Amino acid sequence: MTAEKYLEMAIAAPLHKIIAEHPICRDFFMNLRLTNIDFNLPLMQALDNIAEDDISEFGLDKGMILREFCQFLETFGKVASDDAAIRSLTIIGGHGKSGEAEIEQWTASVGEIISIVGPTGAGKSRLLADIECLADGDTPTGRRIHIDGKEISDERRFDMEGKLVAQLSQNMNFVMDLTVKEFLGMHASSRLTRDAENTIVKCFECANELAGEKFLLDTKVTQLSGGQSRALMIADTAYMSSSPVVLIDEIENAGIDRRQAIQILAQKEKIVFISTHDPLLALSADKRIVIKNGGISRIIETSAEEKGCLGAIEKLDATLYRLRTCLRHGQEISMDTVKGEEQQ
Amino acid sequence: MKLITFAGPPSSGKTSVIIKLIEAMNVEVKEIGVVKFDCLTSFDNLRYEEVGVRVETGFSGKLCPDHFFVSNIEAAVEWGIKSGFKILVSESAGLCNRCSPYIQGILSVCVIDNLSGVNTPRKIGPMLKMADIVVVTKGDIVSQAEREVFAFNIKQVNTAARIIFVNGITGQGAPLLAKHLQGAREITGLRDMKLRFTTPAAVCSYCTGEMRIGAEYQMGTMKRMEFKSR
Repeated sequence: MTAEKYLEMAIAAPLHKIIAEHPICRDFFMNLRLTNIDFNLPLMQALDNIAEDDISEFGLDKGMILREFCQFLETFGKVASDDAAIRSLTIIGGHGKSGEAEIEQWTASVGEIISIVGPTGAGKSRLLADIECLADGDTPTGRRIHIDGKEISDERRFDMEGKLVAQLSQNMNFVMDLTVKEFLGMHASSRLTRDAENTIVKCFECANELAGEKFLLDTKVTQLSGGQSRALMIADTAYMSSSPVVLIDEIENAGIDRRQAIQILAQKEKIVFISTHDPLLALSADKRIVIKNGGISRIIETSAEEKGCLGAIEKLDATLYRLRTCLRHGQEISMDTVKGEEQQ
Repeated sequence: MKLITFAGPPSSGKTSVIIKLIEAMNVEVKEIGVVKFDCLTSFDNLRYEEVGVRVETGFSGKLCPDHFFVSNIEAAVEWGIKSGFKILVSESAGLCNRCSPYIQGILSVCVIDNLSGVNTPRKIGPMLKMADIVVVTKGDIVSQAEREVFAFNIKQVNTAARIIFVNGITGQGAPLLAKHLQGAREITGLRDMKLRFTTPAAVCSYCTGEMRIGAEYQMGTMKRMEFKSR
């Protein structure tokens, strides 16, 4: 819809009709403390009973409210579109900490999971940071990031406003006091999702599947355990975030099904980068980037043999998980608990 | 000289962002000056001095910080030009959310942080609404969903704003902000320029030192609440 069409609508249509079509418009009036106007009238008529003084506190007059309402409609009128969708991301190599060159360039495509491995302090987080800010030779590594094989103009970089990349790390918390349902509902409405109810349910089910211990829709997000929080964040990123690139910094030991978690993200047409020391995660990825002394030293495609080891690694992982559970429940550990699954 | 005005709620990370910005700007520190407008006390001058940036601090004390800003910013610009700065940054802490120390034609930045709650952008007035660029800090410790909703709520009140996420500790995002600020215009003074928004009106008996409570002591610009009986 064009700007003129929105203006026409704002002048002629009763407000309740506009709100029925674009529920987010309710916020516009709440933001200006205009909650008591008659929503059966078109905007200008509805404003007739409002004192100029009340509006002037916001630095506005009635004409400006009309203009701002049109801008609001234009900004949020369109349904969540996938204009952020991309097909590939290319890293043009820079240099390591001592100035030595790294790989020339390398491209990741949508649906791929790439793990990043290397000793602590080697520069794994730096690589994630370079991707996040769409480095343009302006970071300490001199790397450049291209999207869909093309350089990104400054203009486009500004336009994206950080929407290209979603991030997940151990340090992230929920800071607001909402239930899981309210939380997901709030995120869905900010995405202007048409089928919000359905998306919320899908997201909730997925999070519960990933988390070891179950939680409810009316559990407060601040009361979720570490594992449950991580599971909800992953499901939310998969189902609700528009960002086509996901960067994960260390999610191990969170008590969730890590392998399944990253598969879900990849299935949602995203490129997933995961910095990890966890063999299960590293080998579940399609490829892994090895970082040495600040630079990318090689990129290894996970071989069939490595994939074949996953079963055995999963068993080891299950053993550790079982031992943790035993300890949690106050049991004592014996060689039998270490060896046997029949103990469970 | 270029002037850039920064505003934002207390502890949102203004000073950290400005320091990271200076590092990312690729100019010599002696070519940059900061004027800090604060209310009662500030320790930020130490942080600027630590990185070698010249800073002048002014305290509004019992005055409205916005009134204080507008009556001193011209002299601040003169100081900046005399000191040979290429860039002068003004930093002011907005306390009442109505603060908007922004001048028409002068690049303005509002700094708010993710920890302040997702609905906060909708409650901050002109300080956010009138800014050209909105810098969001502390995004590294909240969930992706909260970051996205926060940005969405900023757009609700300032549809034209450019939103940039900056990490005040690592400096992540600062180079992008620096690129944005390159477009700030050169000025030789502020005479006859205008604020973007009126400062809070306050000429009442309490402004002039009245302390007693009661209608008979109240004169000048007053606004009364309405309490409805059931």
